[in-house]
Amino acid sequence: MAERFTKSMARNIYLGGSVFFILLFLALTLDTQVRAMPERDNRDQLTDQVVRGKHLWEDNNCVGCHSIMGEGAYFAPELGNVFDRRGGGDTEVFKSYMKAWMNAMPTNVPGRRQMPNFNLTDDEIEDLAAFLEWTSKIDDNDWPPNIEG
Amino acid sequence: MKYESQRVAMPYFIFALILFAGQIVFGLILGLQYVVGDFLFPEIPFNVARMVHTNLLIVWLLFGFMGATYYMVPEESQTELHSPLLAWILFWVFAVAGTLTILGYLLVDYARLAELTFNEYFPTMGREFLEQPTITKFGILLVVGGFLYNVMMTALKGRKTVVNIVLMTGLVGLAVLWLFAFYNPGNLATDKYFWWFVIHLWVEGVWELIMGAILAYVLIKLTGVDREVIEKWLYVIVAMALITGIIGTGHHFFWIGPPEYWLWLGSVFSALEPLPFFMMVVFAFNMINRRRRNHPNKAALLWAMGTTVMAFLGAGVWGFLHTLAPVNWYTHGSQITAAHGHMAFYGAYVMIVLTIISYAVPIMRGRPYGNSNTAQIVEMWGFWLMTISMVFITLFLTAAGVLQVWLQRIPESGDALSFMAGQDQIAIFYWMRFVAGAFFMAGLVVYLGSFFIKGAASPAEEVRGPATADA
Repeated sequence: MAERFTKSMARNIYLGGSVFFILLFLALTLDTQVRAMPERDNRDQLTDQVVRGKHLWEDNNCVGCHSIMGEGAYFAPELGNVFDRRGGGDTEVFKSYMKAWMNAMPTNVPGRRQMPNFNLTDDEIEDLAAFLEWTSKIDDNDWPPNIEG
Repeated sequence: MKYESQRVAMPYFIFALILFAGQIVFGLILGLQYVVGDFLFPEIPFNVARMVHTNLLIVWLLFGFMGATYYMVPEESQTELHSPLLAWILFWVFAVAGTLTILGYLLVDYARLAELTFNEYFPTMGREFLEQPTITKFGILLVVGGFLYNVMMTALKGRKTVVNIVLMTGLVGLAVLWLFAFYNPGNLATDKYFWWFVIHLWVEGVWELIMGAILAYVLIKLTGVDREVIEKWLYVIVAMALITGIIGTGHHFFWIGPPEYWLWLGSVFSALEPLPFFMMVVFAFNMINRRRRNHPNKAALLWAMGTTVMAFLGAGVWGFLHTLAPVNWYTHGSQITAAHGHMAFYGAYVMIVLTIISYAVPIMRGRPYGNSNTAQIVEMWGFWLMTISMVFITLFLTAAGVLQVWLQRIPESGDALSFMAGQDQIAIFYWMRFVAGAFFMAGLVVYLGSFFIKGAASPAEEVRGPATADA
């Protein structure tokens, strides 16, 4: 680097650049969270049941194998759109699908990836289903590209 | 080693390497579970092994960063550490808490662990990388807080160098951003948004400051290049890291709810994120070319060069591959993400910690010019075995990812293969990844073995012009 470019100039780029972009990021976060998200995450349908479902999702570490909206592990199918894929977009169909699925685990097919049985009650499975249904309705810029997730 | 208290770095480095070995064992288990689905089921289900694999990584890197800091800060500020006793106490607190957490993952059901640690009263568990029980999260906060107090008191009473300033900024940022780990709203979209404040702003933000500071320190020591030159580079590199990386967070906001302007912001700024890594490569090679001395610790120099190149490839090139929104639309959450994650973490953070270990541990063991020639050669074998294996792990995962996208993502609904049908098609690449992982393990064994070889490098330093006094 040329001698004309001094250390204090470098420091000013570091400090000025960081402060500017931190402030810009905070402003964008404010806009995203306060203005945009209420329109996009259908929070008016965020019921207690959905929140209970989210806690079940967390307490059983579902994200340790599955992805949700593309985030998580890549060992098992994407579940952000499983309501559409397995429930055909119908609440009742999806609930019965979920009950059948959760209770059939593990398959114990030799050599195949296994999902544990989490011993959830019917009510808990409905909570989980409500959480996944709510998640599928977040406006996520139309991801994933197709129903397979 | 100029100050006796620098020695507290030693237990941190040793424990980091032990956890590193554990991480790789669980990596192999995971790799096998990808192809032999019921391997170790139900004793160690995939999600448990993955949690252990990723959490061990995070914790051992934190141990490495702390060890590096305890080693560097007294020497940079030219004073003894504020409290070596506190550093020792925090070491044991962190080591015990970390071990108990990992044992908790392995020995009880995760839901039971959540119950035992009263997660229902302050739910923070069950989110990727933040699986730790809430009480462990508070423990980490306590340890990092005490650690920061200790090194801050040291840095403030002594000489203020750019290396110290950048390192401190990075560590304060690490601690502050950790607070977002405690925020877990019932709204998944909000949860995810602020989850990235920990994950992205750590690895593509403040951790780069820590990496830059360690790299600059090691280069000052090994090359004898004037501190002024190195510090100027360091400022510019970390400036670029933050200028691109902060708004670059937007590349995670494409498909989790936030509005469309993030598609543009995230694409443009994250496309620039390779820049600071590229500058690190130029920086390291430039300083080495302009070196005032030939330091006998060649292994440390190899790690320093290697970390910049691999970080640029893994974080820079492999990140850029899938960061533009139109590409990421197809690749998001596929094996391409996994490929990038592996090489980026290895190149940037594993290798920078191994760089400072390679430089500092021989000195703490009374070998001021490095290990014996034999030990260095064995260490370099470890370097090449692990690094080349990681390149292959990344290539195989990339191939798996490209095929996965081709089969599962690109066709229309109805024509696309289901997730599991696609996984069966790409199993061959998972097998090859497992083999590469086994070679990585072999490299790690060789690397660890190099620590048991006796002898020191001779003190002769071939000087190329006047070396600076304080290097």
